[in-house]
Amino acid sequence: MVTPGHFIALSVILFVIGAVGVLVRRNAIVVFMCVELMLNAANLAFVTFSRMHGALDGQVIAFFVMVVAAAEVVVGLAILTAIFRSRRSASVDDANLMKY
Amino acid sequence: MSHTFVLAGPAAETSRLIGFWVLAIVSVGAALGMVLARKAVHCAVLLAIVMLSLAVLYLMLGAPFLALVQIIVYTGAVLMLFLFVLMIVGISAADSIIETIRGQRLWATLGGIAMLVLLSLVVGNAVIGPAAPNSAKFSNGNVTSLANLIFTRYLYPFEITSALLITAAVGAMVLAHRERIRPKPTQRDLAAQRVASGRPAPLPGPGTYAQHNAVDMPALLPDGSQSELSVSPVLSGRTGGASAPPALPSGTGTSVVPGTSGGTASPADQEAGDH
Repeated sequence: MVTPGHFIALSVILFVIGAVGVLVRRNAIVVFMCVELMLNAANLAFVTFSRMHGALDGQVIAFFVMVVAAAEVVVGLAILTAIFRSRRSASVDDANLMKY
Repeated sequence: MSHTFVLAGPAAETSRLIGFWVLAIVSVGAALGMVLARKAVHCAVLLAIVMLSLAVLYLMLGAPFLALVQIIVYTGAVLMLFLFVLMIVGISAADSIIETIRGQRLWATLGGIAMLVLLSLVVGNAVIGPAAPNSAKFSNGNVTSLANLIFTRYLYPFEITSALLITAAVGAMVLAHRERIRPKPTQRDLAAQRVASGRPAPLPGPGTYAQHNAVDMPALLPDGSQSELSVSPVLSGRTGGASAPPALPSGTGTSVVPGTSGGTASPADQEAGDH
């Protein structure tokens, strides 16, 4: 029998994989993809909570998370192309002009 | 007869269990592959697999609207945007394996394990009850009930979301806009530039007089040497600079006997080369 606990456990595992990916990867586009994976894991938890409590508020919040994620991807990828245009690189290590 | 997304009965329970485990293994495996894959395009495809399996999980959880939004918005729009940006930024942009911070991978993995333990403890201590009894909100009436919520209780967040989307669209246009510093070259300027460059003719097309006429096959020059100019630099960059593919040996001007340039040389070709 599939309980909500199963779904929550899956969402925890996916979230941790996404977080490790953000820390490990150097290509900025892949880092973005890992952030998307974390957002999706959070969405799965929201939908599970909605099913658990028998109310639809969790699904509404997951819907808003999707909207915000779409906006974030649009702006983030535009910044990436702007950086790539000036630096010819998509690595997160090369954008260090404001570091020191 | 009305169709519902949530099945009932012991057989349906077993199929739900099997479906959950298959989807869980597929999504976790694809997510791990996404973190480990070297090429960004492979990461995008694996992320698509994760998102599609999550859509089916939403369906199992009684959220058919969100499942379809997941497929349309995430897999359809967001991932296509990722692929377009990969096309602009360069498909050969593989990740470097040089660590700029010493021990970063080790510490990131350890931090991930610690995070997993912490979250597991939190989830293990939380009271996660069984699913609420099935109602129309989680099957046929899902869209109506969601619309009722969004347009009453969550109306202001919904309105603010539209402002966010407009801001994001304008921001993307501003960021992607390139200011023209010098005047646009006219056709006359381009023609003069072309003659001055010493190569008035267009670049040679790939595959001319070669064994195959694929786009990654360099054209053969009249003296039998290969013309690297005929292959797009994107294609030679995609296969990696270190090991040149058999179709594109490094170094121009190497005399190539027909029949030995490609990997699929037939005896007929070698005979033709002997004559």
